[in-house]
Amino acid sequence: MTQHTKISPSAPPSGNSIAALEEKLRQAARFVRQHAIASIYHAGSGHPGGALSCADLIACLYGAELNVWPETVDDPNRDRFVLSKGHSAPALYAVGAYFGFCDAKDALNLRKLNSPFQGHPHVLDLPWVETSTGSLGQGMSVALGMALGLKLQKMSARVYALLGDGELQEGEVWEAAMAAAHHKLDNFCALIDYNKLQSDNSNDAIMRLEPLADKWRAFGWEVAEIDGHDISQILLQLRRAGATRRLPFVIIAHTIKGKGVPAMENIPAWHGSVKLTHAQTQEALAALGASAEEIEGLLHV
Amino acid sequence: MSSPALVANSDSLREAFGKTLSALGDEFPNLVVLDADIAGGTGVHHFRKSHPARLLQFGIAEQNMMAAAGGLAAVGLIPVVTTFAVFCLRAIEQARLSLCYARRNAKIVASHPGLDVGPDGGSAQALEDLAAFRALPGMTVISPADPTEMALATRAMLEHQGPVYMRTGRSPAPRLFGADHTFEIGKGQILRDGDDVTIVACGVEVARALAAAALLAKEEISARVVNMPTIKPIDAALLSVCALETGAIVTAEDHNIHGGLGGAVAEALAQTRPCPIEFVGVKDCFGASGEPEELAHHFQISAPFIADAARRVMARKKS
Repeated sequence: MTQHTKISPSAPPSGNSIAALEEKLRQAARFVRQHAIASIYHAGSGHPGGALSCADLIACLYGAELNVWPETVDDPNRDRFVLSKGHSAPALYAVGAYFGFCDAKDALNLRKLNSPFQGHPHVLDLPWVETSTGSLGQGMSVALGMALGLKLQKMSARVYALLGDGELQEGEVWEAAMAAAHHKLDNFCALIDYNKLQSDNSNDAIMRLEPLADKWRAFGWEVAEIDGHDISQILLQLRRAGATRRLPFVIIAHTIKGKGVPAMENIPAWHGSVKLTHAQTQEALAALGASAEEIEGLLHV
Repeated sequence: MSSPALVANSDSLREAFGKTLSALGDEFPNLVVLDADIAGGTGVHHFRKSHPARLLQFGIAEQNMMAAAGGLAAVGLIPVVTTFAVFCLRAIEQARLSLCYARRNAKIVASHPGLDVGPDGGSAQALEDLAAFRALPGMTVISPADPTEMALATRAMLEHQGPVYMRTGRSPAPRLFGADHTFEIGKGQILRDGDDVTIVACGVEVARALAAAALLAKEEISARVVNMPTIKPIDAALLSVCALETGAIVTAEDHNIHGGLGGAVAEALAQTRPCPIEFVGVKDCFGASGEPEELAHHFQISAPFIADAARRVMARKKS
């Protein structure tokens, strides 16, 4: 697997280079989706729907926003990313593989005994994973603590937390939201993978979230609502988040659960934890644009 | 040394903790203290006064505070989460994942444990915290007995690498130890020697255990008293020696009889030197309103009941 380097966020590209960057990020997102599906296939269980819905967000973060590289994972001044929706770990491992934080073949060894690629990310297993998650709501609070601690120490690093929509039903998220605004953490950006579905059914059927943007505004956050599969919108709002002062920033990213795999899109049953058959996996990988050779490489390890 | 001299004779354990934390603030520049709107209750108002920028306010939101401590530790700070013991239980899952599982160098200091809470009543009296926090992998659990030991334990907690849960206490605490007292995580101490039975106690029960030993002495019963301020890791070596030399053990704690100090002692001795054990503690029920001494009598954890347990366990030894 070749190591893909990102364009420095400190030097935003212009003109053709914007188009080139966006195309690179689209490629990264495509890889994230393919790799996540393949790893879930090999694991015999896992959560494909949410991994597919957040792939573009996570590709943009690692590909264009976070000032962290495989050789700087111990740098105190690095930006931190917390996957608060820890069950989307396959997407995190895949983006890590794409950008050289781990080996892509190793990262297919998901949810297996003695593998560092556990069902949910664990900080002691992988040096580039910032904290252990998997209990919804906690990653948001840990990220808040990081942002507060960095600010106290007058460090300029930023902290990003990616949350699921169902996760917003955890009261802890709103405790953290209140605290982030109270402490004026403008180094903190939350991203909501708003795919409208959760484990058992739609958000609306389980526990209504709307009016969601108003809730965040009422809690004192600067809010952006975007199409979470539109790379240019994601990049634009990440840049706005970095330029916002005295307020934490939330990107409510409208997404499609199972995005890219027609057989999975918008179907709660693909939340997880599901067992993918060989045929389903082949079909999904083909739908995600993988060539016959790439499918072979992902399925036979 | 963290100056026990700072601590006044009449101080509660929470006051001793708060004053010590304040005194150590300059020595530990990475120390930050997390509060959920009860700084006056937990004793950290002293730290707020001496180091206002490092007293982090989380509002009445303990789950967020507990997990945020994991984030603060991740960026190089030493967070000390402070709240009432009962609210630590509310956030135990955050302590589990974001502190213990992630192996963060974060500390939890719980005031208002056990019946010692007094008039606030059963809802406020955490009688389950030692058991619950002891079950978390990697968690060190401490319950000091007097203000001097509290000061020493506070320093030891900050010097220790890894998560710690420490109980303080609400009520004025009797002075048991002088300036020569020492504290080491994982070590118990024989406070009074004896041959017939060993009473192992922590927290407020240490003073009661000493009083029980004095009662027993009037009956020519020679009771050894062990102060066991670290519940986890328990001092199994000392317990084994006491079981060998006295042949009977009583445990005493301001906590449910299940899973706390008594459980830890029984687990250790079952594997080394099994002997009869009696458990003094709250008998698997909730507390109630009342003054701490009244409650200790009502729930049978006061000195006479410790002495009764000693007589019972000695009878079992003979049979």
